[in-house]
Formats: sequence, structure tokens, C-alpha cells
Amino acid sequence: MSEDLITRVTGVIGRTQKIPPETVTIDKSFEELNIDSLDGINILFALEGEFDLDIPDDAARAIRTVRQMVEGIEKLLAAKAQAAETPK
Amino acid sequence: MTRRVAVTGIGAISAFGDTYADLWNGLAAGRSAIRPLTLVAPGALRFPNAAQVPDYDPLRYFDEKEAQMLDRFAQFAAVAAREAIQASGIEFSPELGERTAIVLGCSGGGKSTEDDGFHHLYALQEPRVSPLTIARAMSNAGASRVSLEYGITGPVFTISTACSSANHALGQAFRMVRSGEVEVAIAGGSEAPLSMGFLKAWEAMRVVAPDTCRPFSLDRRGLILGEGAAVLVLEPVERARARGAKILGEMAGFGMSSDAHHITQPSALGAARAMRAALADGGLAPEAIGYVNAHGTGTLANDATETEAIRSVFGAHAQKLLVSSTKSMHGHALGAAGALEAVATLSALQCGLIPPTANFTAADPACDLDVVPNIPREVPVECAISNSFAFGGLNAVLIFRKLA
Repeated sequence: MSEDLITRVTGVIGRTQKIPPETVTIDKSFEELNIDSLDGINILFALEGEFDLDIPDDAARAIRTVRQMVEGIEKLLAAKAQAAETPK
Repeated sequence: MTRRVAVTGIGAISAFGDTYADLWNGLAAGRSAIRPLTLVAPGALRFPNAAQVPDYDPLRYFDEKEAQMLDRFAQFAAVAAREAIQASGIEFSPELGERTAIVLGCSGGGKSTEDDGFHHLYALQEPRVSPLTIARAMSNAGASRVSLEYGITGPVFTISTACSSANHALGQAFRMVRSGEVEVAIAGGSEAPLSMGFLKAWEAMRVVAPDTCRPFSLDRRGLILGEGAAVLVLEPVERARARGAKILGEMAGFGMSSDAHHITQPSALGAARAMRAALADGGLAPEAIGYVNAHGTGTLANDATETEAIRSVFGAHAQKLLVSSTKSMHGHALGAAGALEAVATLSALQCGLIPPTANFTAADPACDLDVVPNIPREVPVECAISNSFAFGGLNAVLIFRKLA
């Protein structure tokens, strides 16, 4: 999990929630950050834009913490990079 | 003056076809009308299915000039109203027209008309939109069309409370007839939400199932959007009997509440308060109810919360209740949902046949009611309630009683 990735994800969460990005740390839960289900959907939307990703509902449903969100994005980015490298 | 209110006409256009008979025959057979969505290009959305009105041709009901003036949702309202009024046998004289109300629910208005206008502006870079855009897209276009068609000059309006629109409309019309404010009411709801811009907004909310609508099932993955309209004709029981009309049931109670909890998360407390208010309005004990036509959207949150609310209102009697969500078959038609479900509820009472919750796969401990899975059940029931709970936290609950 790179620092750069963490910074980008926490930055998106901070901007979307209108809270200072430095308050969004890797070990915070969504509950601690007052992120409810509708906020969560809004964050997923912003992350899809930030990383040019398609985040499937099933991958998103269980995410409850900033760490899980960063790990999920990392996994999707890796899958995307692999798909780009695989000869068609 | 408090009068009992009879239903003397039913009309519906839905994913089952253009008539009330199509709708009830489908529901009574436990058949789902959810199919691949063809109104927008395939592959453009995360979900491929919807409950779309099949093979709808406006020219069966309107000449070309009329069809041009009316968005799909307003056409649906007129088609359902015509069927209901014809079934009621009421002829509107100018005097009766003045003593008649039209109250229709509609959540979104003319979404495809708006989409088309925006396409011309932003995609095609044209400097103007059709001058018919406002008249077609306004949410009251359906109610106004019915008023014009029948010369109905009493109170005519549209109620827009998202997924509760039709129940709020039916409830308001019921009270106007009950109080003597009007002699007849034409009430229900219509919606045509299957246009790309609106569908994309639903996709972004992540509440639409990628497969189908499985209310109360353990593996439910969300709602399925639907379209259509349903309209009831309401009048005092005495008036209906005096003119020898066929009575299709009685509307017996109406209750509403607001959660004041969250803009999209449901609240069991708010839902329960609306059900209790409807029972109190109808002067009925919870034990009088035999069937609940649930809001039952098939989302994780709604179905568990609604179960909790039903348990809190009905207590031990909840074990004896039959609870089904017909959205599993006609989809979630938003501002028309409560009207389609009122038709399902009335018909269930009249026929002694409970439409099932279709597409049911596995029981969810959080939804531990008798949800009539997959198979219609022949059970005579005297009274039933029909729930609608909207985004925005607005709840509206109707009670129907068997009456002939």
C-alpha cells in the first residue's frame, strides 16, 4: 500500500466529506468519520473519477474503514494494470 | 359527514400489458414481468433489466397530435384513467365534473422529454429546445390530461413524494370523498422513469439489482425499476349502491408520517407510525389485518427495516400475517408503485388470492415473516394494508376492506 495511494484516497474522502484530509487517517472507520451509506456512495463515485475505475457494487458493499477502501482500490488498480498488459 | 368509500373502477397499464386484467392475471399467477430493458441501448448500464411496458404504442390511444403533446408518463395516466372510468360506468355531466377530484401521484414527471431536450442542447449543441418541453414534462401533465378529457373541473392536482406519491394521492382522494368534499375521485399514480439520464442517476445510487428483484430473500441485491400507471375510481358506498355499480372493494383507512431521520436510509419507527396511523384512521385493530402488500423494494435496508416495523405494529399477530411484495413482479414504478399495489391489494381481497413474492430464493433471518414465497396462496382475507415508504423519509399507508 503506497503512501501516494493512501494520500489520494484520503484526499478524495476529505474533499467529498468536506472535512480536512489530515483527519482522514488509514485506521479510521467510516463510522468515526460520520460517513453514512449515502456518503459512502458519493465517495465511491468520486474515487471512480479519481482513478478512472469502475467499482462494482459487490466489491464496495462490505467496506467500513479507510484501510479497506485503500486496499480495495489497490486491488482494482492492479486488476486494471494487468488487463492493460494482457495481449488481446 | 363521514362516508364509507367504495372503489368502483380500476385501470392499469404495467409491465404485464395495457390493462388491469393483464396486471392481475400476471400477479395472480406469480409471474414476474421483469425483462431486459429495451428503451435504452443495451450495455449502457450496470443493470440490464427493468419492468417495462411491453410493445406500447401511443397511437392505439392517441392521435399523432395528442401523442406529441404528452410524455409517456402522462399517456400512461390517461390510458389507466380511461379504463377505470369506463369500468365504473360513470358519465361525467358538467355538474358531476365539478364535484369530482383527480389526484395522481408522480415522482419524476416527463423524464424522457427532459432528457431529449438536454440532448439537443448539450450533445447536439443546438441553441433551443421544443416549445412543448414544459407542457410535456410538468408532473401534473397526467392529471391535467384526464381533467381535459373528461371535463372534470373540481380539485385536480398531483402529489410528488417519490416512492410514496401514489399512496399519498390515493389517501388524499379517499379523504376528500369520505368527508363529502367531492362526490367522485379519480386517483392513483403514473411514472415513466426509463430514460437514460434518470436511469444513470439510479445506477449511481447503487440500489438497482444487477439480476432481478428478490424482496425479503437472503441474496437480494436491490430494486428493479418499473413503469406504468394505475387509477382507481372512488365514490361513497351509498352512491355506488344507489346507482347499481359493481363495487370492487372499500378504501378503509389512510395514515402517513415522516421519519425525520435520514434522506435515504429507512426508519422502522417512521414506517410503524404510518401503519399505526392508518389503523387508527380506519378504526381497526391490528388483528383485523390479514394481508400486507409490502413496500418490499428488494434493497438490503428496506426489507429488514420494514420487517422490524411490521413486527412492532402487529406484535404476535405478525406471525399470522401474509406479507408479499408484488414489486418482485411489476417492478418499482416509483410514483405509480402505490397505485399498482393498491390494485394488487384490492384484487387479492376480492379474489381471496394472495399474490406471492416472486423470485424468492432463500429466507433471511432479518425478514422472518410469511412472505408468501413464489406460489400464490388461496386465502380469504377481509382487510389488507398497502405500504409505501419514500426516499426523503415520507411514509404513506392505505387500508382496504373486502366489499361487494
